Amino acid sequence: MSHREITTESRPVRVLLIGAACAVVTVFLLLPLIAVFVEALRKGWEVFFESLRDEAALSAVKLTLTAAAISVPMNTLFGVGAAWVLTKFRFRGRALLVSLIDLPFAVSPVIAGLVWVLLFGSHGWFGEWLDARDIRIIFALPGIVIATAFVTFPFVARELIPLMESQGTDQEEAAVTLGASGWRIFLRVTLPNIKWGLLYGILLCNARAMGEFGAVSVVSGHIRGETNTLPLHVEVLYNEYQFSAAFACATLLAMLALVTLGIKTAIEHLTGHTSAGKH
Amino acid sequence: MSISIQSIHKTFGNYKALDDVSLEVPNGSLTALLGPSGSGKTTLLRIVAGLESADDGPGRILFHGENVVGIPAGKRQVGFVFQHYALFRHMTVAQNIAFGLTVLPWGKRPPRREIAARVDELLGLVKLDGLGRRRPHELSGGQRQRVALARALAIRPKVLLLDEPFGALDAQVRKDLRRWLRHFHDEIGLTTLFVTHDQEEALELADQVVVMRNSRIEQVGPPQRIYDHPRTPFVYEFLGNVNKLTLRDGGTRYVRPHEIEVKFAAEYDPDFDRLAEVQHLFSAGPVAALSVRTEPGEFIEVEISRKQLDELALSVGDQVALSFPPDPTDPEGDWTGDGAAPTAAANDHAVEWNI
Ligand SMILES: Nc1ncnc2c1ncn2[C@@H]1O[C@H](COP(=O)(O)OP(=O)(O)O)[C@@H](O)[C@H]1O
Ligand SMILES: [Mg+2]
Repeated sequence: MSHREITTESRPVRVLLIGAACAVVTVFLLLPLIAVFVEALRKGWEVFFESLRDEAALSAVKLTLTAAAISVPMNTLFGVGAAWVLTKFRFRGRALLVSLIDLPFAVSPVIAGLVWVLLFGSHGWFGEWLDARDIRIIFALPGIVIATAFVTFPFVARELIPLMESQGTDQEEAAVTLGASGWRIFLRVTLPNIKWGLLYGILLCNARAMGEFGAVSVVSGHIRGETNTLPLHVEVLYNEYQFSAAFACATLLAMLALVTLGIKTAIEHLTGHTSAGKH
Repeated sequence: MSISIQSIHKTFGNYKALDDVSLEVPNGSLTALLGPSGSGKTTLLRIVAGLESADDGPGRILFHGENVVGIPAGKRQVGFVFQHYALFRHMTVAQNIAFGLTVLPWGKRPPRREIAARVDELLGLVKLDGLGRRRPHELSGGQRQRVALARALAIRPKVLLLDEPFGALDAQVRKDLRRWLRHFHDEIGLTTLFVTHDQEEALELADQVVVMRNSRIEQVGPPQRIYDHPRTPFVYEFLGNVNKLTLRDGGTRYVRPHEIEVKFAAEYDPDFDRLAEVQHLFSAGPVAALSVRTEPGEFIEVEISRKQLDELALSVGDQVALSFPPDPTDPEGDWTGDGAAPTAAANDHAVEWNI
């Protein structure tokens, strides 16, 4: 009944709108997902598992996991620190810092990658200095980690800033008057209050870190079995017309997405917190 | 422990939130900071607690004669109860109350069993026995308020500061809790400074009322004296219903509805009284309220007892004579007053407050 009260559209229009929405979801979201699995299994399970067991594929998985394992904790620390500073203290230039955090979202991933090549590549600003010391950043793991960390930097901070802002500083101040030190206040008051939002931010950060293509593609150099992450490996296979293998590896990424969605839904269910669609 | 506030200034940007505020809070007293919203009450309380620092200058804050300016909030041993309680949402009631003890440094932290015993004792003190395992969201407003109080008391504070302690509660709970607090204060005798914008609350509860306005202190004194002898028109108006009269010489004066004497028109004394016509009659309460219009056309609110209303047998349209008491704000008047001792609103220890 309440639907009738809040919508003014007539019944046929409503049916049409709902139908259109369902069609869009099917065509744009569901169909590609199904296609990935269908294509992956087109030549049977044998080929599917064979492509996953391939040495280059395993190395790509390993590299992806390594890059995420380094950049996600790094961004968690940075994000929590940035949100803490930006919401619990008032200072000049605060607003500017808040918008700077979004920079990686605003910049094209390709540019985000090129910047690091420009800085650390052999013809870059610090290239000679690094070469002299035999330190490789570009076309190696450090570059991939840096590019991934840069692109995924905003996720945790963006999730926490509005949350911490809405919680204010009352509880922290109460803890101060009760004699708690700054670190203890963070661990015992702030952190428990933001834990679900934090988990949510980490989850999104991780999904993006493992799936990042553009920036990583620029700094990786596509060295098969060495500097190819999973998304890059999929592209390489596809360009070599190994469609089934490409899609088999793509199913791993699709599964990552599904698991992320599952956990995200569970968190929202547990906390009644719905921040979907903020990004 | 007494609190002495001496020439405190506080500026936010270019807004002066406190302008040369000085105040003595006697040891063991229950003092109310009363004033309209934005007058600087919370700011003053936060500066006393150390949550905010006063502007640089000669201003000082002394706890029992000892300057605490520069001492961080956590070391001042003040119990602070926040306006919206600021309970730790994710902790149980018992964990909330124990917090101040569990964050003590290793050497000073009491053993677990002792902390638990202290928490139980405090729960009893604030009449929340058996609710230690609840979470804040499972409590009523009045209960949360008392958890916040118990948490503040756990650290054995030297002074207790309460910011609008009843602000977020509904009327009945508010009244009960207010009496309970008075009773409680008399029992533990802790120097207490509380903020309110409700004059009734301040007058009923406090030993000493501090009226604040526009970042300054307007008047300090026991409730009775402030009520009977307001020093400024602002205090007069802020402390309760008041009529503003235009005098024959063009000046103005204030008079409270219940201070006006109503007589038969036949008893009119042209030297002191005024004639008026009854416009409205409200007699559905313990006192009868009249709205009358005087000769020059001023509307005046008057309160008389039901008994007197019956004696006068008034109805709308009747003529009455009004006579007024001497003006207490008159600089020549009795400003020092008798300063009647504060009436402890709730000294009856047998009473169980039902909150
Ligand atoms: N942190 C702050 N920054 C800027 N202005 C403030 C701050 N705290 C209080 N003020 C201003 O100071 C004035 C007094 O505030 P406050 O002490 O909270 O008043 P009250 O408690 O009497 O309502 C208000 O005008 C308020 O806007
Ligand atoms: Mg206030």
